[in-house]
Amino acid sequence: MPVTVPSALEAQIEELIARYPQKRSAAVMVLHALQDHFGCLAPETMEWAAAKLELQPINILELVTFYPMFRQAPVGRFHLKVCRTLSCALAGSHELHRHLCEKLGLDRHAHGPQTTPDGKFTVEFVECLAGCGTAPVLMCNDACHEGVTLAQAEALLAQCEGG
Amino acid sequence: MSAAAVVTSPAPPSSDTVNVTVDGRTVAVPRLLPDWRGKLVPTTMIQACEQAGVEVPHYCYHAKLPVAGNCRMCLVEYGLPALGPEGQPLRKPDGSLAVKKSPRPAIACATPISPGMEIYTATPEVQQMRASVLEFLLINHPLDCPICDQAGECKLQEYSVEYGHAASRFVETKVHKPKQVDLGPRIMLDDERCILCTRCIRFTRDLAGDDALGIVNRGSYNTLAAYPGRAFDNPYTLNTVDLCPVGALTAKDFRFQMRVWFLKETKSLCTSCGTGCNVLIGSRENRILRYTPRANDAVNVCWLCDHGRLNYRWIGRPDRLRQLAGSRLPAPTWDAALTEVAQRLRHAVPGSVAVVASARLANEELYLIRRLAQHTGAATDIVPRSGPGDAWLIHADKNPNSLGAQRLGISADPAGSRLSQFAAAIGQGTLRTLLVFGEDVTPRGLGPELLDRLECLVVSDILPNRTTERAHVLLPGCAHAEKCGSFTNVHGRVQRFFKAVEPPGGARPEVEFLRELLQRVSGEPQPDTAEGLFHRMAAEVPAFAGLTWAGLGDTGAARPPEAERVRPRADATAG
Ligand code: SF4
Ligand code: SF4
Ligand code: FES
Ligand code: FES
Repeated sequence: MPVTVPSALEAQIEELIARYPQKRSAAVMVLHALQDHFGCLAPETMEWAAAKLELQPINILELVTFYPMFRQAPVGRFHLKVCRTLSCALAGSHELHRHLCEKLGLDRHAHGPQTTPDGKFTVEFVECLAGCGTAPVLMCNDACHEGVTLAQAEALLAQCEGG
Repeated sequence: MSAAAVVTSPAPPSSDTVNVTVDGRTVAVPRLLPDWRGKLVPTTMIQACEQAGVEVPHYCYHAKLPVAGNCRMCLVEYGLPALGPEGQPLRKPDGSLAVKKSPRPAIACATPISPGMEIYTATPEVQQMRASVLEFLLINHPLDCPICDQAGECKLQEYSVEYGHAASRFVETKVHKPKQVDLGPRIMLDDERCILCTRCIRFTRDLAGDDALGIVNRGSYNTLAAYPGRAFDNPYTLNTVDLCPVGALTAKDFRFQMRVWFLKETKSLCTSCGTGCNVLIGSRENRILRYTPRANDAVNVCWLCDHGRLNYRWIGRPDRLRQLAGSRLPAPTWDAALTEVAQRLRHAVPGSVAVVASARLANEELYLIRRLAQHTGAATDIVPRSGPGDAWLIHADKNPNSLGAQRLGISADPAGSRLSQFAAAIGQGTLRTLLVFGEDVTPRGLGPELLDRLECLVVSDILPNRTTERAHVLLPGCAHAEKCGSFTNVHGRVQRFFKAVEPPGGARPEVEFLRELLQRVSGEPQPDTAEGLFHRMAAEVPAFAGLTWAGLGDTGAARPPEAERVRPRADATAG
């Protein structure tokens, strides 16, 4: 099923491509734009991007599978990314991750992003979020939360539930 | 100008060469060498080592592919002339240049040489780096050599034996990856064996022009893949199997068929088009198991098209013609058959005999047919064969020896144009004896009813067809893999092929029975080796003047330019 890219998004993507001397250089930016719009990068979306950038779909798949921030399946409405790199790991990010998973009924041992059956929450371990001085750090969608205690995490979940 | 300068530098390096020292031995190597496209680029350490006769182990590097520099197997140590504070070269007390060893190693495949460079490939540090690279490569490797087709010609095996550790220190769990990936119609992939050298990716993208392969996922999960749902299918895919240094890419055709160390390898040629790619025929116990490319920079570099590579099965077909046959065969012996045919030809009215030869026959065979035709006043032609070609190897002329047939005056101009005259002459009853060597003429205007009107139809072939069915004398012949000879490719390069397997049953090489037939018809002895025949042909046919059998070597030869000039007639139509 071919993907339908709204004309506004296509115009935005064309503007992105025009910033680079070679079309292929815009690949990551274009994928971000598509993922922001569609929520994930389905095969049809990758094929659309490849055609737009005059590349082969395998070139796009390489990028999408290389960068963890690109995803091929949708995530929940609230995407919780818990940092597990050194500072955060030392400051208790594993407890934070476990707590979130337990509260939401998710398998904390499973690999990759885990989403609640109602599609509301996704919890995922990620690498350094560049807030090491205020570990542990997590991101809820685009908002960064620093020095997160278990209580604060629960409050965040409650806030999302209400939202 | 100072003559002294000349005196103090004993061997002034010419601007086209650079002096480098490899493991203590100084060699002058060209400053520039051709890259994979043939473009002159600065010579690299690995090329300099090669010129010095030192092999640097490598996986990702391949002389005919763009350089990737990803496997690190080719790490070497090196030093450069030491410079003083003013940038002047420092000298040792004995006057020789002082060399400063670099604290870091470099990959030999991607590092250009510079004057006075010293390359060290055998230091304990280099040995240790090689062992470490191998250890990394083997961390997740499945070590399934006992069931791997590459075993015996695997660079991972070979370098592990030569440079690796005897035992693994890895006690953790290996990463598992897809093991039987049906990559395309002719290729099976085992991702666990892949060492991620990207040779296959570069070949497919940069040479075959089909950007079909890539590496997905990250880190130790890196996986060679085609895009899901897209078959890896271009006319040249099987070259990736040759390029793959390990057993990740395997040919479905050869998979699990034979241990490579049991194969006998014979130098031969592909016969599926006029390019005449050089091949090695791998055979065992008289069965052909594979063709692999044989390097020839003037023809196929080191590549083959998939079609040509796989087009060998017919040689072993069970319905091969293996017995003399036909209603005019006085007795089922070659002697009787050839005596009968010779008798017929000797007493034929001039103009009543014609020959249809095949441009799949060797030059030497076509030369014998030419002589036979001269003795009997027979007209000759061949059956042209064309199909799709491309801008790379695959030629539209699907005969391996069209130009040979043309240069020997066997084919009409254009090839095949005399066949309709033959048909008319049979119809009129003037053409009464037809000799057909290696072609089915029935789809070429010489249909069965016409053939039935001949007084004598002599046919030699390899497989049965509607022409062989009607033969009054049927002589079972040989595939090129069963005999020795030469072809002239579409560019005029004369190349040799050798016998890999025995012909089935009573079949005999055409070159043998044509020689015997010619002797009987002409009463003159003929050379009984391919070499002797070739030399007689070269002496007699201007188009082959100046060529010698031995001079053809492994990669063939074109006529020397002076022979080109005395060429009696234009012969450039088979392009
Ligand atoms: S499949 Fe073979 S050639 Fe291709 S990257 Fe892997 S090891 Fe290299
Ligand atoms: S290009 Fe022609 S000669 Fe070469 S392998 Fe293919 S068919 Fe054979
Ligand atoms: S280690 Fe967690 S933000 Fe850097
Ligand atoms: S051969 Fe030089 S890095 Fe692979």
